[in-house]
Amino acid sequence: MSKIAFLQGNEACAYGALYAGCRFFAGYPITPSTEVAEVMAKELPKVGGKFIQMEDEIGAMAAIIGASLTGVKSLTATSGPGFSLKQENLGYACITEVPCVIINVMRGGPSTGMPTGPSQSDVMQAKWGTHGDHPAICIVPASVQELFTETVRAFNLSEKYRMPVTVMPDEIVGHMRERIEIPEPGVIPLTDRTPPSVEPEEYKPYDTRFGDVPPLAAFGSEYRFHVTGLNKAEDGFPTTRAELVQQEEERQMRKIEDHIDDIVSYEEYMLDDADVAVVAFGSTARSARFAVREAREAGIKAGLFRIITYWPFPEKQIAGIAGRVKAIITPEMNLGMTFHEVMRCAAGKSTVSGIFRVDGEPINPGQILDKIKEALR
Amino acid sequence: MEKRLPTIEINEKYCKGCHICVEFCPTRVFEMKGFIATVKNQEACIECMQCELRCPDFAIKVLP
Amino acid sequence: MSFDYEKYIRPGKLPHIWCPGCGHGIVMKGLIRAMDALGMKKNNTAIVSGIGCASRLPGYIDCCTLHTTHGRAVAFATGIKMAKPEMQVLCVGGDGDGVAIGGNHFIHACRRNINITYLIMNNNIYGMTGGQFSPTTPTGAKASTTPYGNPDPPFDIAKLAIGAGATFVARGTAYHANQIEKLLVEAIRHKGFSVVEILDSCPTTYGRRNRFRSVVEMMNNLKEIAVSVQAAEHMSPEQMQGKVLTGVLYRDNRPEYVEEYQKVIEAAQDFAG
Ligand SMILES: Cc1ncc(C[n+]2csc(CCOP(=O)(O)OP(=O)(O)O)c2C)c(N)n1
Ligand code: SF4
Ligand code: SF4
Ligand code: SF4
Repeated sequence: MSKIAFLQGNEACAYGALYAGCRFFAGYPITPSTEVAEVMAKELPKVGGKFIQMEDEIGAMAAIIGASLTGVKSLTATSGPGFSLKQENLGYACITEVPCVIINVMRGGPSTGMPTGPSQSDVMQAKWGTHGDHPAICIVPASVQELFTETVRAFNLSEKYRMPVTVMPDEIVGHMRERIEIPEPGVIPLTDRTPPSVEPEEYKPYDTRFGDVPPLAAFGSEYRFHVTGLNKAEDGFPTTRAELVQQEEERQMRKIEDHIDDIVSYEEYMLDDADVAVVAFGSTARSARFAVREAREAGIKAGLFRIITYWPFPEKQIAGIAGRVKAIITPEMNLGMTFHEVMRCAAGKSTVSGIFRVDGEPINPGQILDKIKEALR
Repeated sequence: MEKRLPTIEINEKYCKGCHICVEFCPTRVFEMKGFIATVKNQEACIECMQCELRCPDFAIKVLP
Repeated sequence: MSFDYEKYIRPGKLPHIWCPGCGHGIVMKGLIRAMDALGMKKNNTAIVSGIGCASRLPGYIDCCTLHTTHGRAVAFATGIKMAKPEMQVLCVGGDGDGVAIGGNHFIHACRRNINITYLIMNNNIYGMTGGQFSPTTPTGAKASTTPYGNPDPPFDIAKLAIGAGATFVARGTAYHANQIEKLLVEAIRHKGFSVVEILDSCPTTYGRRNRFRSVVEMMNNLKEIAVSVQAAEHMSPEQMQGKVLTGVLYRDNRPEYVEEYQKVIEAAQDFAG
């Protein structure tokens, strides 16, 4: 039987990680994400897992990659400045293809910004924050329940595609309290990284004979291998051979590009006959849903497209919507990050306008409703 | 009985010609031949093993 | 007895990338002998490094090896050791990697006293990037970024480690090749965070700027400045001028971090019933 709990978003995130089989957490305290660490500190040792408070976020990101290489599902949690500090090692997890999950509870920025204020302004950093080309998966939940289930999904995706996955609630979602249902263990299927099937002498950590996501062995098992952040060949050792570097980088991108439909998730609300679509995520999508309902009551055909997987961006879906509606509205707690993505996908097929707020205040339904009316004028 | 001499092997593929063996062998067994060290004076070897220990390039083996 | 290094070296990886005379090769050999003396199992040993010439070491050794980001080796290693305490975890790297960019991780690993051995190859310079000064470059020395002499005072890595709480601290030199192995054997045997600093030489970027005409002169310098802890007992402060202590400099017994965390697990499980 599933359990009913009344949890804060950040807490749900931690319980989601535990449900997913996470047994290692490394972090550094920062508002508004600290509760994730606090729950992990309390709960992990109960199940024989390990919690460590590192000296900074760089070290925390490093530690979870190290732990994950021993075969243990690993998590870190942070916010704004800490997410910036993690970027170099996040890139390391990308190029070395080590599964791990990063929670980034979004607060105002840049820099110290507004530590307790909500924001949705790290979505570009989740994709472009670390240097170099690399695949990215980023999930933006909108409720406490979803923070639980999407954290489980983040672990599953991370294991399945051998890469870091970020889960990014805005501060409002991270700190809201809601009743949620925690399913019995095993109800949500869990994914584990594919272990090697070859003999230890034959093992190569990036063996493409097994497809674009090569099996990953664990340190301390009967397999031993080398891991480096340099561009590497299939055997894991550095290479500067042009064709190999190109092939490897393209393969890593294919892990995402060839599985978009498996990774992208979203919710459509009253979109079928809509004249105007609101594209929103996180807490802003909650206001947007309210506004859409009000608009419908006023006889306006409005609908909501709620982004759940932000990266890879739901390009196909948004392009489809743009072909059907007259106008798209992007309310967001930043200065137009989603707006520009939607513009790109809409490619002129509909108008796109935004509501951008970075003053630490949420976007309320009234604002969105006004914009819906304005867009159809 | 005649003293059996150790075999001193220099792997020419590894040697980078740093002179360390030449300078620090207590009995001056080595010399440089161009950019590579060679054994000039095998009889003098006292098997102290210092050359093998100090060669940074894994190029020397002193075998009994 | 000749030592068969190849049994720990990955096939086909030699010759290594280091310059002629670079001390890192001598240190790597000492490490391999220590691993052999201890009978360390390849599959159960992780060697973790950061970035730099010294940090290329793990690529040669046939174990579980992790070449990470600049300065972060100890943090990665902490994750490995916590998650899989039965593994032997070693860190290796240069002075810049360890005590400049990685200084924070270094002191906190010392403080935690986590059972990891950290081998620092101190050549007093950033070799890989072409000879910029490091936190261990002596005051007055020339580096590519101290063309008029280094205004910075250097760190004493061993003192830093002791001050931060490491429970085994030793120093050797690339000249004293035999001792490298002995110090590492003791360090790896020690339970807790152990630091072994090996003074070595970068003829390419340090030597030539600082009036060492060859690596031989640099090796001779290491020989001259090194004074063993035992010998130093009979020397006056004046006699110790310009010398560095070598050997086991510090040893202490303090609770080890992973074991302490095991107690946390037990407490949590008691609490949970
Ligand atoms: C974040 C970051 N900053 C700077 C560098 C450039 N970098 C590479 S190696 C190195 C210094 C290495 O010096 P050291 O650790 O003393 O090792 P050595 O090369 O002398 O053996 C620097 C500054 C880097 N790779 N990453
Ligand atoms: S010490 Fe080794 S690398 Fe140097 S010259 Fe002698 S054999 Fe060659
Ligand atoms: S073993 Fe000693 S004496 Fe013999 S060649 Fe080597 S350094 Fe010289
Ligand atoms: S630059 Fe210096 S540290 Fe780097 S390999 Fe050459 S001699 Fe060694």
